[in-house]
This record gives sequence, structure tokens and C-alpha cells, in this order.
Amino acid sequence: MNALATVSIRRHRTDKFMRWAFLAGLLLAFIPLVLVLLFVIIRGAGALSLSFFTTDPTGAFFGDQGGIKSAILGTLEIVGLAAAIAVPIGIALAVYLNEIGRKSRLASLVRYFVDVLTGVPSIVFGLFIYTVLVVSGLFGGFAAWKGSVALALLMLPVVTRASEVSLTLVPDNLREAALALGAPRWRMITSVVLPTALPGLLTGSLLAIARASGETAPLLFTVLGAQATTFSLGAQMNSLPLQIFNDVREPNPQLVTRAWGAALTLITIILLINIVARLAARRSNLR
Amino acid sequence: MSPVLSASRPTAKSSARQIKKPAQAAARKNKSPATDKGLGVRIRSLRAFYDDVEAVKGVDLDFPANQITAIIGPSGCGKSTLVRCINRMHEEIAGAHAHGQVIFDKLNIYNPEIDPVAVRRTIGMVFQKPNPFPTMSIIDNVTAGLRLSGVKRDKLSELAENALRDAGLWDEVKHRLNKHAGGLSGGQQQRLCIARMIALEPEVLLMDEPCSALDPQSTLRIEELIVKLKTRFTVILVTHNLPQATRVADRTAFMLDGKLVEAGPTRRIFTAPDDARTKQYVTGKFG
Repeated sequence: MNALATVSIRRHRTDKFMRWAFLAGLLLAFIPLVLVLLFVIIRGAGALSLSFFTTDPTGAFFGDQGGIKSAILGTLEIVGLAAAIAVPIGIALAVYLNEIGRKSRLASLVRYFVDVLTGVPSIVFGLFIYTVLVVSGLFGGFAAWKGSVALALLMLPVVTRASEVSLTLVPDNLREAALALGAPRWRMITSVVLPTALPGLLTGSLLAIARASGETAPLLFTVLGAQATTFSLGAQMNSLPLQIFNDVREPNPQLVTRAWGAALTLITIILLINIVARLAARRSNLR
Repeated sequence: MSPVLSASRPTAKSSARQIKKPAQAAARKNKSPATDKGLGVRIRSLRAFYDDVEAVKGVDLDFPANQITAIIGPSGCGKSTLVRCINRMHEEIAGAHAHGQVIFDKLNIYNPEIDPVAVRRTIGMVFQKPNPFPTMSIIDNVTAGLRLSGVKRDKLSELAENALRDAGLWDEVKHRLNKHAGGLSGGQQQRLCIARMIALEPEVLLMDEPCSALDPQSTLRIEELIVKLKTRFTVILVTHNLPQATRVADRTAFMLDGKLVEAGPTRRIFTAPDDARTKQYVTGKFG
């Protein structure tokens, strides 16, 4: 017998069996994903038309129910404001954790609470903002910006943790190089560390935005919902998750189809954000 | 009152900018090498720690102006720590601290009123591994230190060209100044780092094993560069490479276990050292 031909038949069989088992596991994991996508496409594609994207829901009892223009714009406005709040604060927090606080007790404490925040169910953020900003009647009742604050709370830990990771990846020798050139600490951070980490910061922020775009619960008690398009963040506003939530409960097949169409739109938007995030991440890996 | 660091005395904050004015730098350049007396460095009872571990155990050592002083010794003998104390980069490592005196330009740079940022602009440093800023172009790398100290934008390209010429890199990069610095070879990157440092017109150059990551050809070019630079700067060179010390250094200091064993003219240290341990080390008996 040749020394190279010592792999036993039993080992060969086990290897083959395990390969098939892992492949089966992979397919099993794919089934729900594919089914969800297929369902949404099949049920939702019929709703799509130009007027679906260009008209607001009519709210009429009979006849034409209108499209989802106000929901798309509402989602963009609410999530946009949420990102404008959460991304700068999240990145600033990450800069504190990685560049200034490092291993200090305060930094560990902040890191711990950020982790706790990650695990808080989104409806709790909704309830919190409902209590603090809506019930209290601060600047009126339900308002789009209050929904944005709830979403921002949800995004904050995601942005912070992702940003912290990408800041950790910046090599220390670049920090040393900047300091040795006589850069004050803040210049080192703004001119060297942040630009180097930029692709990672972008990816983290976009993933947080993608996650927040699909959240319904924090908006239920804060934004409430509306039919018409509005650009006033102080008013009640429509959004895609709310539109889906409301439409799918109606015993009107037209509305149910609109819910599926809205779901397809939402998935597409989130998919696009994810693709952009991937591209940003790839740019960072090339360096 | 000393001319260079004195500006940092009254208010530590405003000092950094005043320390090196470009006009002053230009004036220095016009002086003939013979009259251009730089500033030396004297170290007195310097001790440096990483947490409780003492890495430099009370060193007294003089670095004469416009000379190249090599520091040799086995790994872990504290030579890198020693040079990192000279521009106060040592304390940037978490848990690291140093005390004693590093006298430069009649002032102890460990004086509490001295701003480490100002020290680092006057005492430049090149690291073991080339560390150009990966997000910046070649030209931006050279001007990085200048931009951090607020030199007017219109002067930058001229200063950058001078620095690149001085570092012997101009002809190789002049046609691709706006390309990323990551595309250069290791030796070119290291010369870029030297250009970036001398663009700031420091008084003292600290070089921490600048050639240990480079091929022989690049090493030779850097050595030639170091010898050329000593007419304008005081050079302190940490090296593992004993032939390198004999090739470039005017004076050599031998360190062992955190202490200075002896220092003197390079020829004497390598041919007739006073201490038996020095003799053993330079003849390759240990280390």
C-alpha cells in the first residue's frame, strides 16, 4: 500500500456525508429567506405602477385607494432626521470610547450601557418617547420628529459599536505618526483617525439606518400616521412600516395589495442601503 | 532665554503655533552648513516606566549638535524607550511615564509648563515601520505636519518640494504627487516619512530603527540621507544593525538592561571600548 493512499474508506464516507449535511443546512437557512422574498414579490409586484409611487393614500371608503407617496417620503424624512441625530452622537461616542476613554472606568461603563441599549426592544423606545415627549405634550402631541428621536435611540448603540470597531482597526502607528508631527490630539483624530476609518463608519451608519427604516413599533405611539404627504416634521406623518401595519389589517383586498407593494418598496430601499454599505466596506478592505 | 521652546512657557496652549515659523525655517536654510549650529540634547538621570516596569533606569547621555549618535544594544535594553522620551512620545502609551531631565535648548522638556505638542514639532521622529497616512496623497503626506501647524496654503507646495528634494524622493514622485502614498515601495515610504518630518524643519531627528523593515538597497539610500541631514539637524539613531552604526554614526552609545554602559566616538566604541560588556556586544558575543 502506498503511503499517500492511507485515507480510510470510513473517513472518506464521513467527509462526503458531512459535506452534504452542511449543504442541506445552508439550503434550510435559505428557505425562509427565499420564501419571504418570493411572497413579497408575487403579492406586491401587482400593486406597483407609476401612480402607486406618485399618489397619496386617499382614505376613501370606496373606489381608488391611492398610492404610497406619503409613506415613502415620510420614511425618508423620519429616518433621515433620526440618522442626523444618531450618527454624529454615535460616532462621537465611539471616538470617546476608543480614543479618549479607552480603558477608563467611565468608558467601560458607557460601553456596558451601550450594549444594554442594543438589547432593548424597539417598542420600549417607542413607549419611552411616548411618555416623555408625547404624553407630556411637549411641543404638541404626536409628531414626526418624536418618532425620529425614538429611532435615533434605537440606532445609537448600533452606530456606536460599529464605529468603535472600525476605529479600533485604525493602526496605532498612524496615531503615533500624527502625534510625532506635533499634532494635538483632536487634530490627530479629525485629520488622521476619522478619515482612515471613514469607510467603516459609513458602513456602520448605513446598517443602522437600514435597520431603523423597517421599525414600526417606535413610530406607532410617536408619529401616529397620516394620509397626506407632509414635509413638516412637527406634524403627524405617514411612513412605510405604518402604512403596511394599517393596510394589512383592513378587510379590503385593494389595501392588502397596497401593503404588499409597500413591503416590497421598503425591502428594496433597505436592500439598496445595504448594497451601498457593502461597497463602502469593500473600499476599506482594498487599502 | 532660549529661542526655540521659550514660546511655550507663558501659555502652553498658544505656544505650539509660534514655535516654528516658516520664515525662521527659511532663514535657517540659507545659512552655510559650517555656521549652522543646531541644538543638541542632554539627558540627565532619565527613568522611564511601563506601569511598574522600569525600562530606562537612570541614564545620563549627551547628544552633540549636528552629529549622528547611534544607540545600540540588545532587544529590550530600553533604547527605543529612551528615544521616545526625548520627544515625549513615550507617555502616549497607556501606563507609560518618565521622569528625569531631557535638556534641549536650555530647557528641560519634562518641565510641567512645556507643551509636548511643541516638543514634538521641534524634535521629529521616524519610526521603525514606515507609516505614511494611507488616506492622503503623497503631497498631502509631506505637508501633513505643516498643515497641522497652520502654515499658509500657498506656501505648502514649495515647502513640500524642498522637503521631498532633501529626502531624495522628488525625482521618483514628482509625476505622481497626487497618488496615494500606499503605492510607494517600503523604502520610498520611509523616505516620505523623513520628508514629512523635515518639512517641519525640526532641530533634532529621532530615528527608531528606520531601516529594519527595508531591503539593503533602500537601507543604503536612507543611510546616505541621514549623513546628509546631519549638517542641518542633530540625529539620534537607534539601530540593531552594528555595521550601520559604524557607517553613519559619529558617536555611539551602548545600552544594556535599561542602563547606559558607555558612550563615545564610534571608532573607539567599536575598537577599544572601556567596558568588557561593550566589547563582547560589538564583537558579536551576545545580543
